[in-house]
Amino acid sequence: MSELDRIRWQCRRGMLELDLVLSRFVEQELDGLTPGQLQLFKELLNEQDPMLLAWVMEQEEVPGRYDFLIRRLRQV
Amino acid sequence: MAITTRKFDAVVVGAGGSGLRAALQLAEANLQVAVLSKVFPTRSHTVAAQGGVSASLGNEEPDNWHWHMYDTVKGSDYLGDQDAIEFMCRKASEAVIELEHYGMPFDRLDNGKIYQRPFGGHTSNYGERAVKRACAAADRTGHAMLHTLYQRNVRANTQFFVEWMALDLIRNQAGDVLGVVAMEMETGEVMLLQSKATLLATGGAGRIYAASTNAFINTGDGLGMAARAGIPLEDMEFWQFHPTGVAGAGVLITEGVRGEGGFLLNKNGERFMERYAPTVKDLASRDVVSRAMATEIKEGRGAGKDADYILLKLDHLGADVIDKRLPGIREIAIKFANVDPAKDPIPVVPTCHYQMGGIPTNMHGQVLAGHNGGATVKGLYAAGECACVSVHGANRLGTNSLLDLLVFGKASGEQVVKDLASEALSHQDLPKDAADRPLARLARLDSAKSGEDVFEVGAEMRRTMQLHCGVFRFPDSLAEGVRKMDEVSQRAGQLFFKDKSKVFNTARVEALELENLVEVAMSTMVSAHARQESRGAHDRSDFPNRDDAQWMKHTFWYKDGNRLEYRPVQLKPLTVESFEPKARVY
Repeated sequence: MSELDRIRWQCRRGMLELDLVLSRFVEQELDGLTPGQLQLFKELLNEQDPMLLAWVMEQEEVPGRYDFLIRRLRQV
Repeated sequence: MAITTRKFDAVVVGAGGSGLRAALQLAEANLQVAVLSKVFPTRSHTVAAQGGVSASLGNEEPDNWHWHMYDTVKGSDYLGDQDAIEFMCRKASEAVIELEHYGMPFDRLDNGKIYQRPFGGHTSNYGERAVKRACAAADRTGHAMLHTLYQRNVRANTQFFVEWMALDLIRNQAGDVLGVVAMEMETGEVMLLQSKATLLATGGAGRIYAASTNAFINTGDGLGMAARAGIPLEDMEFWQFHPTGVAGAGVLITEGVRGEGGFLLNKNGERFMERYAPTVKDLASRDVVSRAMATEIKEGRGAGKDADYILLKLDHLGADVIDKRLPGIREIAIKFANVDPAKDPIPVVPTCHYQMGGIPTNMHGQVLAGHNGGATVKGLYAAGECACVSVHGANRLGTNSLLDLLVFGKASGEQVVKDLASEALSHQDLPKDAADRPLARLARLDSAKSGEDVFEVGAEMRRTMQLHCGVFRFPDSLAEGVRKMDEVSQRAGQLFFKDKSKVFNTARVEALELENLVEVAMSTMVSAHARQESRGAHDRSDFPNRDDAQWMKHTFWYKDGNRLEYRPVQLKPLTVESFEPKARVY
């Protein structure tokens, strides 16, 4: 459990938009991720806030490996 | 229970712009510095600052710090202290150039100098015409600033405690601050961080409002710690609001939407701005629009089931115009308001953005012990949005927030270095009960088998603040707000959560954060209720005018007894003539 708790906390960001998107995602999707997806999500959380926001808001091209996660983030 | 104690020369709480700038000053003086942060430093809320940082570099056209100072004093509605404002504006160019030398990627002119753009309220020759004074790194100025300062700190061997939360200040009988009690989130372990100097840089507390642009981390932890330690909070009635944040979310909808022809409707579908500003209507200034929106809601003409928001209509512009002229707005509205503005109006409310008040300091970042005289708390410093110097007074000038954290982050760091060198500060023995208070708080939370739900009490606080102490304030409503905040405060003493685990327990952290927010909310409500005038961001229906004779003074709120005291505004600058109060018209 503690690993998921750490991930939940790391969804606290410097930008409100990301707090909102990530907290919804965590509520709805986190438990359903495969181990591989979870690993990618952890890597995604290490990306910079403005970059993460630009991907979610469809302003910048998303690196292929994050395609699935960003699509899910856009939908929540 | 034995608690681990670690010793440092200085402890900085918060790793946003001001914390990092202060820490850099300390680390480069070869002091042992610990910086605590709830989140990774570059995820501090400074990252959300887009507009830029002001400095009268004069790279594009003539400018000087006197004009910047005038704009700041006027913007503050004459509540800012003119000595601190002079200090900040004089230091601005140096602060920006220093950052440039650290590698900050400012936008540049063809000649290689830093590019500057115009910004609301920035003028040349004392209000004569707009001037280009804002320096930016695209629309990511705050982000670039954090990165630059973080890298520099790493190089200077600043020690970071990431995902740590400070709980309380350690103060001895004499009133000196000797460090902080802090908790490591990963383990839940509580530790004493003993220091010769403690610097609070915890940012603003905009999360006291239901409608807020602030990130979730902005919970006023430094203000809560200061209040519990008997230190007053200054000018807490002054909060900057933006007229159009998405209702229920807080995400800003740019004013450009109204510029392109969007307008506001009440629940009857009436374009009400025609009544408040017949000529310019929806393009009236921020405060006029916010006040009109608040009045419509207060009088029962808000939309939605709780009649608590206003509708921003732009579907008549057509999808093509919206996409072309207002890029990103559709995505924001769809994601955060759940409406497609090409079809339906966006629910919006005036939304809290910035905290002008805070922990009272002088211009060297030393925290004032009280409202009388200049006595300071030995060992305690504060800088940035959590502090009140006061350079923003009743209303902050755009781009002065990033400048504030650079100038006063550095100044407070310099003061600490000086105080340590003169041996005015040293490690003192910690009182035996140093950790008792925070440990008792934690023990109560951890052992509670029932009590008040953290989310519900937080929601009640945010609703109360929004409804009773929002952008436009009504006397009956403020009085009711004080009563309600009393209740909220009582309930906040009984918080309860089910999950008692120690490891990254977000519920536990949120309970601790809420205790801090409630101190901030209480100070705001009580201070606003008492101030019988309208000045800057404090706008009262029953006292529509500024009253310099009675109220040109700073509010000091003390947690003990929920008491208010006042301190005169410093009208005398350091070297120039004072700017005498005038009506604030643009």
